[in-house]
This record gives sequence, C-alpha cells and structure tokens, in this order.
Amino acid sequence: MSAPITYRQPVSRLWWIRKRTYFLFVLRELSSIFVAWLAVFLMIMVVAIGRGEASYQNFMSWAASPVVIVINVVALAFLILHTVTWFALTPQAMVVRGPGSRRALATKEVNVAGRWVSAATVVRVGGRLPAAVVIASQYAGLIVVSAFIAWLVLR
Amino acid sequence: MNDGAAAAHDVLLVGGGAAGLRAAIAIAETSPSLRVAVISKVYPMRSHTVSAEGGAAGAIAEGDTLDEHAYDTVSGSDWLCDQDAVEAFVQEAPRELLQLEHWGCPWSREPDGRIAVRAFGGMKNMRTWFAADKTGFHMLHSLFQTSLKYADVKRYDEWFVTRLLVDEGRVHGVVAIELMTGRIEVITAKSILLCNGGSGKVFPFTTNANICTGDGMALAYRAGAPLKDMEFVQYHPTGLPFTGILITEAARAEGGWLLNKDGYRYLQDYDLGKPEPTPVLRSMELGPRDRLSQAFVHEVEKGRTIESPYGPIVHLDLRHLGAKLIDTKLPMVRELCMKYERIDPVTELIPVRPVVHYMMGGVHTDIDGATPIHGLFAAGETACVTINGANRLGSNSLPECLVFGARAGKAAAEYAASAKRPAPVVMRKAEDEVRRLEQMRSSDGGHERIADIREEMQSTMEDSAGIFRSGDSLAKGIDQLAELQQRLERVQLFDQTMAFNTELVAALELANMLDIAETMLQSAIQREESRGAHQRTDFTTRDDASFLNHALAYRDSDGSVRIERLPVTITRWPPGERVYGR
Amino acid sequence: MADSIQMQVTRYTPAPDAVPTVANYDVPLRKDWSVLDGLNFVKDHIDGSLSFRWSCRMGICGSCGMNVEGEPQLTCATFLSDYAPGPVRVEPLTNFPIVRDLVVDIDDFMTKLPRVKPWIIRDDDVTVIDGEYLQTPEELEEYKQFSNCINCMLCYAACPIYGLEPDFIGPAAIALAERYDLDTRDRGQRERLDILIEKEGVWGCTFVGECTRVCPKHVDPAGAIQRYKLKAAQENVMAFLLPRAAR
Repeated sequence: MSAPITYRQPVSRLWWIRKRTYFLFVLRELSSIFVAWLAVFLMIMVVAIGRGEASYQNFMSWAASPVVIVINVVALAFLILHTVTWFALTPQAMVVRGPGSRRALATKEVNVAGRWVSAATVVRVGGRLPAAVVIASQYAGLIVVSAFIAWLVLR
Repeated sequence: MNDGAAAAHDVLLVGGGAAGLRAAIAIAETSPSLRVAVISKVYPMRSHTVSAEGGAAGAIAEGDTLDEHAYDTVSGSDWLCDQDAVEAFVQEAPRELLQLEHWGCPWSREPDGRIAVRAFGGMKNMRTWFAADKTGFHMLHSLFQTSLKYADVKRYDEWFVTRLLVDEGRVHGVVAIELMTGRIEVITAKSILLCNGGSGKVFPFTTNANICTGDGMALAYRAGAPLKDMEFVQYHPTGLPFTGILITEAARAEGGWLLNKDGYRYLQDYDLGKPEPTPVLRSMELGPRDRLSQAFVHEVEKGRTIESPYGPIVHLDLRHLGAKLIDTKLPMVRELCMKYERIDPVTELIPVRPVVHYMMGGVHTDIDGATPIHGLFAAGETACVTINGANRLGSNSLPECLVFGARAGKAAAEYAASAKRPAPVVMRKAEDEVRRLEQMRSSDGGHERIADIREEMQSTMEDSAGIFRSGDSLAKGIDQLAELQQRLERVQLFDQTMAFNTELVAALELANMLDIAETMLQSAIQREESRGAHQRTDFTTRDDASFLNHALAYRDSDGSVRIERLPVTITRWPPGERVYGR
Repeated sequence: MADSIQMQVTRYTPAPDAVPTVANYDVPLRKDWSVLDGLNFVKDHIDGSLSFRWSCRMGICGSCGMNVEGEPQLTCATFLSDYAPGPVRVEPLTNFPIVRDLVVDIDDFMTKLPRVKPWIIRDDDVTVIDGEYLQTPEELEEYKQFSNCINCMLCYAACPIYGLEPDFIGPAAIALAERYDLDTRDRGQRERLDILIEKEGVWGCTFVGECTRVCPKHVDPAGAIQRYKLKAAQENVMAFLLPRAAR
C-alpha cells in the first residue's frame, strides 16, 4: 500500500566474469563472430579458386601468413566450442521424438481466413529421444558430411 | 471514506491456502459484485497446503459409494465427528476434486486417461486422488493460478492479522501489519473467513511449516468464539527423525512396511490385522494414524525400537516396491530421503517416528462454516466443523479445504451481501491494538528470549500432551504454560525496526501458540476417556455415556479457559466399535 | 569436522542512503544442519533482528531462496557441512531489490505471472461437471516437468538478462505459460502467444541456461523458453506461407 524503501543491487559491468558458467556463455556467443569469419574465409577461398590458378596461389600465400594463421587457429577453437555447445543444447531446445511417440488429439486455435477458431489438431506425445541419442546423431551427421566433403576435395 | 481504515471490503479471507483460495474463487464466481480480499502473512504459494503429499479422497471408483466414504470417516473419527457434516462432505468432495481437475490440477491418471485413485489409511475402498506424491503442491498452485483469473480479488500478501475487531457480537474488520513496511492498518469487512491453517508448531516435532502457529484459531478465541475438540492432535506415524519432514502415507498405501528393530512388522501385535505381502485396506500399515502412532509408543516401551541420535525410531521399508514404482508414484519421498537422511529408499530402510501433523480441533463452526460470532466464518484446518472428530483419515483434509472453503466462502458472501457497513466505533478498538503493537515493537527492558520460551512451550506440550497423556502430565503442563505466559510479557525484542520485522511476528505467533496450547491442555484434562488421538493412561477406555460430545473452549474475561460441552450430531451411524484388520 | 562455522550474512535496514553491510556469526557445525538451520540459530540465540523468509524447510514452498557463496540456493536444501570449514557467505537473491537483510521484493514476478495467463483457458462454458477431461499419462508427462515450479525465484536470480533487462518476463513465468500450452485440456495458446512474442517475452532470452542449472525442482525453464521460441517461429512462418489455410 505504501511504497517501501528498497535497495537496488547494482549489476556490475563485469557480471560475466563472476561465474564460470556466465563466462562460458559469453565465449559461446562470441564464437558466432568466428563462425562468421570462417564462412567469409571459405567464400574468399571459393572465389579465389574460381578466378584461376594465380588467384588461388595468392590466396594460399595470404592464408599462410602468421596473422591469418593465428586468427584461424583461434577461430577453429571457437568453432569447436560453438559446435560442441550447440550440439549439447539441441535436445534441450527442441523435442525430438522417436518411434515411441504416439498421436493424440488436442484442440488448438488456428487462423482461418483471418479469424481464430478452435480446431482439433493432431499432436505427438511421448517417445522423446534421450539427449545422448540426439547429440550423438548430430556428431554422426557431422562426421558423414565432413567425410563427403573431404572425399569431394581430395579426389 | 473508510472512516480511517486503510481499506473496506465485503468479504475478507484471512489465509491464502487451499481453503482461502477456493473461497475466493467461489465468491468471485457466484457474487462478482462483492469486494473480496485475501490477506495472508505469506504469499499464497507458500501456504502450508503446499507440503501435503499423499492425496485427496473422493468416492468415484466403480463399486465405491458415498456411504462407505462416510462410514470410514465416521469410524475413523472414533464417532466424534458430526455426521451431518460428514454426509455433506463426502457428497461434495468428488465434485470439488473434479472442478479442480477442470482448473488444471495434474491428477495422476489411469492409462485410459481417467482419474486414478489409490488406497489410503483407514479407507475400505481406493478413493484417494493423487498428483504423484505432491498433491497439496499441485492443488495449491492450480488454485492460486486459477485465482489469478479474477483480477478483482484483492490480495494483501505478507500482511499479518493481529486482531479481529468485534462489536456487539458481530465482526467488523481486522487490524493487520503490512510486513514489508511495518505499517499497522485497519481493514474493515462485512464478513471474515478464517482459513489460515493449523498449529503444529506448538509441538517440538512436527511435519508443519514454521508458519503453522494457530493464528486464526487464536484470533477467533480472543474475539470470543469457542475452539472445539482442541485435545485431539494427530501424530502422523511416519516423519523423519530430525527435521520432522513428512513421509507420506502413500508410501504405505503403495506397499511400504513398518518394521521394528528386529525387522518385524510390529503392527500385527496391535489388533490391526495380519501381515500380507501386499497392502490390505483398513489393515496393518493402512490402519488409522492414531492407532499406528500409539503402536509406536508401545514398541518403545517394549524396547523394540531403534535408538537414533534423535530418539527412538522404527523403519519404513520400501525396498520391495522397486525403483520404477518409487520413481513414478513416490518420487518426492525418494528425493526427501536422499537429501535429508542421505539414504536411498530403493535400497535402504527409512528411519521414521510419529510426529505432530494435524489439528482435528479448531474454531467451532456449523456445517456452512459459520461461528457463533455474526459475520465470522472459518474453514480448513483452522475450523472444526467437524468431520474429523477424534482422528482424521489421511486424504480427507485436502477435500475438506475445498468443500468447506467453498461453502464457507459462499456463506460469508451471502452474509456480506445483506450486512450493514462495519460500525465506525470499532476504530477505537483498533486504536488500542495499534498502540499495543507499537509498544511491543519499541519496548525496552525485557530479558526473555522468544526462542527460549517457544522451546520450553514445545517440550512442555510434548511431555504433557503427547500420544499418551495423563491427568498428572496435563496438570503439570497447565502450570508450566501459565508460567510461560508470564515470561512472555517480559520478552525482549532485539528488532525494533519497522521493515519486515520477523521478530515481532515471532512474538505475536508465540502469544497465539501459548493461548492455543492452553486450550489443548484444558480440553484434554477434562476429557476423562480415551478416544481416537486422545489417549489417557488414567482413563483407558472410550466412554460414550459421558463423552460422546465436543469440548468447547471459551476465553473468560480473566483470560482463563472455560470448557463447555456440545453433543455430537449422529445421523445414520450409531456409535460402534472401530475395527481394523478383521 | 570442526565445531563451528562462520556465516557471513548480509544485513540491511532500509533508510534513505543505507547500503547493505555484512555481519559475521559463528554457528555450530552439525552434520544435519542446513544453512537455514544456521540462520535460525543466529536469529534464536545471537541476533534476533536478523530477518529472512522460510516456511516448509523441505524444499517445496519456495520461501527460503538466497545466495549462498554466490549461488542461488534454497537454504533449507543446502547444508552447512557442504561449505566446511567455511566461512559461508549468505546474501539476498541477486537481481531483486532488498527489502531487509535477506528478504527481497518479488512483487515484479507477482505482477508478471498473471500476464502470461497461467490458467486453463477454454471457450466451452462448463457449468455442470459430469466427468474429468481425459488425459493419458503420456499427455500428462508432456507438461508435468514444467508444472513443478515452486516459484522460488532462483532462476530469476541466476538470469543475467533479468538483471540487465528488468522488463524481461523471466524463466518461471514462461515455463508456466508453456506448462499450460502443453496441457491438452487448455486452448489458450494463442492468447499467451501475444504476450510472449514481445521483446520482453521469449525473445529477450539468449539461452544462457543458468536458470535450468540452479532450478531445485528440475523444471528446465531454459528448455521451455527455447521450445516456445521454436513454436512461435513456426507459427510465424506458417502464418506467412499459408495465411488463409487451416492447418
């Protein structure tokens, strides 16, 4: 009823150093910058290859310079962090169902010609795959795609 | 505008647990024009309803009948319940539980989607609805979240009501402290429903939370309403030894066994049936709570209990139930044992002992929750209608909160709809109370610590009014309590600030508890028989001729307790023998 | 094990320019004592003016949340012996205004919760209830985890976004919204969508995941929020692609 005096705890600018989990989170977010860099690097390489042997050699000597190597090693570390954290978080962020799931009827509101009406819809329940299975399948997918690309490039 | 009061309402609900929230919803739905408010010393989701585990009884199964639920309740109460109230209760319980289901309560289900029911102590049929083993938690949160639909219901969260304002036999409002700021305010109301729980903290070992200090009972008692059946205190047979944390009866309903130090299912020695590998209704571990707790005391006397650092204990054996059943039906039991006893019930025995759990007694009301003071109602554990008599059956108290919360809420609304505005004269009584509280907060020169008086009260109650009592132990307890009342007047408050002064609250709660404790002992010493949870070593049998009645404890003007008697209402079940296990 | 342990407890009494201070108390170090037992010892035997909230002491009411050694914890569910030999720092929950000592103001959450409409929303007017809504155990499993929230606020204390953006609706509120969305008896998904797809709704979350890590009841609010984001995004795409079709 009356406004009490309270003390607002200040949030430090360095909040993200205080806990290991916060620090890892910030690194994880920063890793997307390096992922973007590697995508750009890849595009530059593709363009360089497309322009012929000389341009490709130019690209390779640039890529071999110490600065670029250091950047790319760091970027690789962040890429690994990005991949590992992304794969680990996937089962938490989305429900992946396996053969054990069944159909069930639920009523949802759907948009029909601009109006919202109740309609019976089919939802799936149960059969949620364990996190380990979801994570393992992502790594499996990564290995398969990597093997294919390696074969493409090396043959 | 409000004659100096901070606010005026039509109905004020004191307490935000299952009964209070159910009443709020009932009034908001049936009388939306009334101004309703819920006032509670804690946020509603902290109410002690949240700790209830086992389930809520409602007769819906094939082959179950209302009459059988009623008979189990009547016999469970050792014939001290009022049977008209029981009949209304068993009829409305299933409807209330279904209503809660519609409000989202996640009741556990059969594979086909229907509500599942399980066995429970003292019940001949399976009729206990459950939400895993966190039934009270789910019920409270479903009720609380549903109550949020009604934005007009005003809430006073963390306000402590210290006094009812009564004038000429009618209630007019309350004086309450807004805990966050320490301001003392008057809130007027045309009708008031007391639903703020029981008073287990009067005893040292209890399943009850810190907030269960009998505030509602004390408010009514000091306002002149009688407290009924205060001598009947339920000991739950299975609480953890140090903390008193509840291990739900459902553990026994699912098949758990009680073993003494020889690994022997000792209940078979106490006329509770023969041990079978799977649970038999109304037999052995599914007997009524009073008989099981009494059996424990006898085992202690025979030297067959296990000594622990916290006194004698027995073992609850769930190992034969298997991890899968325990994780589905009793997950919280497993968590509690692992955290607080560092044992895993899947592979180890759980140490348990009887602990105080529930007050069968409370504010005397009729079947619609009305007390003798006009405009004052009570429901839930605060009230004594009574459907529980001398001993409550497990899983009856949650539906009791719903049934009588709704009934009393509607009755309070009906009263308020035609009542006159609260009289301005009560503001003067309020001023006395405000002055008293301010004096308490700022007083100097006392020397007693709250904790010391509280601990002595608790051990006095344990010694004088435990599972077994005697005239001597009770008389001694009465004297000791009188001394503690004196010492309370010399208590020292270290905390003199306004904001969130929990020490002031603790002192007020202690004063409430001392008053309640006195009514318990006085009621007990005058009941010269043994019935249900009240067992006298000097009067060992049930005496229907003299004591098939309730004790009504009134506060005399000099502060002493005056006991009057009120006959029990018998409708269809004449007093008989309580038979379990055969 | 030593006889006693030092508790370093935040003290604060509101006044126009007051700031919190720290007081040190030595309490007995008993094997069975929770941090809450330690605080009660201080209040009962050393300094009666120490204020803190507690009730059930069994981890179900949600009252006793505080920062213990910097981590949001239920003080009734964490033990002094875990911090031996000490000292153990006990502070009010992060991100909430301090009212007094270890008591914080949670009214922000109490205002936000009703906004997500955490109740069963249906359009059929049921006046006579003649039976339950059927719900299989599998259907119950779909939302059960999110229904276990005890509103203890540890997730809000852990969430750096809530600290930086006080308008963020927060983990528990969104988890409870998702609990009702996933309940087959409910039909209020669209009503909740409107509130949750705001900037202060699910899109404020950057999946730090700390809320899930500190939750004492394993509710996984972070999971609820990401799932909600996925669902909201799918709704948006479908509405864009098939504006007039019923799905």
